[in-house]
Amino acid sequence: MARLSKEERKVSIMTKALELFSKEGFYQTTMPAIAEKIGMSVGNLYNYFTSKEMLAKDLILYIANILGEEIRRINESPMSTQEKIEAIVHMYFKIAKDRPETIEYFLRVYLSNREVFQNSCEGMICVSAFVTEMMIFFEEGVRSGDLRDQDFFSAFGLFMGYLGGMVFINGENILPKPLESYEHTIAENIYYALKSR
Amino acid sequence: MPSNPAKLKVIWLQGITCNGNTHSFLNDPALGTLLETIEFIHHPLLPCQKTLKDLVKKVPKSDVLIFEGAYSAPFERAGVEMRTLLPALAHKAKHIISMGSCASFGGIFKENDPEHISGIVFDKENGSGPLKAMQEKVITLSGCPAHPKWLSFVIDMISAGREILVDEFRRPKELYAYLVHNGCLRNEYFEWKVDSERFGTKEGCLFYAQGCQGPYTHGSCNKILWNDVSSKTRSGTPCVGCTEPAFPKRDLFTTKTYMSIPSEMPLGIPKRSYLALAGAAKSFHIKRLEERLIDDHA
Ligand code: SF4
Ligand code: SF4
Repeated sequence: MARLSKEERKVSIMTKALELFSKEGFYQTTMPAIAEKIGMSVGNLYNYFTSKEMLAKDLILYIANILGEEIRRINESPMSTQEKIEAIVHMYFKIAKDRPETIEYFLRVYLSNREVFQNSCEGMICVSAFVTEMMIFFEEGVRSGDLRDQDFFSAFGLFMGYLGGMVFINGENILPKPLESYEHTIAENIYYALKSR
Repeated sequence: MPSNPAKLKVIWLQGITCNGNTHSFLNDPALGTLLETIEFIHHPLLPCQKTLKDLVKKVPKSDVLIFEGAYSAPFERAGVEMRTLLPALAHKAKHIISMGSCASFGGIFKENDPEHISGIVFDKENGSGPLKAMQEKVITLSGCPAHPKWLSFVIDMISAGREILVDEFRRPKELYAYLVHNGCLRNEYFEWKVDSERFGTKEGCLFYAQGCQGPYTHGSCNKILWNDVSSKTRSGTPCVGCTEPAFPKRDLFTTKTYMSIPSEMPLGIPKRSYLALAGAAKSFHIKRLEERLIDDHA
């Protein structure tokens, strides 16, 4: 097998660390536990990430980039605003299903342990790739006359809070039906809540 | 001793105007010096050789024709319609200066009769004014009013026989290549997205809350200060974009936004990059920029 480059190795460490963090939470997960899971020495792990905080920061950047790229693809497609909402809901739930650790990390580590991210991830810096695409989605929606003009965060909170909430209660096994079966009605609700009157 | 170079012979002609550019000109602290290099064949307010009536009787040659005010073909001066008078004087002038936004693009007066009122070369951004064919000799000094130093700069360049580089609207690049945003003392507030909530304060950027057009407006107002001391943005009022062909825009004191995002990006900045930076900047809190610069109650 060809040797992995440092970058590839980093990504593979992040993938494993993501699983641990999202399951155990930030404080329960230790660098030795991560090293053990990957099968490398703790010393070597520190060659890639100088601290647990740095690793946590890189993970949120990594996830924000994944989400940002997906939404950018949707933003740049010729769909209507309503279809874009469907596509974003679908994309978000699909990631929650296929790679649940990404969304879990976002909700359970990034949003719940703000103190960890205070120093290197002030405000929206680390999630900028994702928030910027949401800004563009909303801006274009209002510009085209489909969505109502309002403060960005009121709209952003409604959209992302709804999706995050659904993924969260799904994770708690509260939903009677599979998450994807709610996609259409959720997208419709979001559209009706935000559309211009 | 070298003999004094001949003074430039200048005609100042007014179209439909509020006299704003004349006032601006008369307020130039360096007016005295300027008058040593030029001589008015005709000026509406200053002592000069010829009256308007003399001008129309025998159209004189000039080095510079300065036109102030908007153009309307049937508008009369000394009983002669502009459609006749302006081209006649223009043909006999070596250089023409369109002084102020009305002469340049139609300006405020165009709002009253958009169909028939225009600038002398440009009608808003379209090059369809009456002097279009001789635009090569026209220098545009847009502004409401134009800064007197912009005029003396052009006059100095003409008397020195220097070439004046111009932009697509024939505005001298030396004066209009900058944005009003450039040189504004509030740039740091703009970068960190700290807004000024009202006029007249020293703190905050006037872009989001007051409609400042500085990032879209070509002009040197924050480099060549007004009365040598100030500018709109320095005194706490937004730039209204008076040097641009689109002036006056509607809703002068608002920046149009869609979901809190400006509908037009600052000139030359791609939307994604601007939003990524603006979003990040907005989430910082910089105490120094959120405080009064001078605390009245300290
Ligand atoms: S006040 Fe206007 S010119 Fe000054 S920084 Fe803000 S936007 Fe730019
Ligand atoms: S600051 Fe703006 S509005 Fe004021 S004179 Fe300059 S260009 Fe015109």
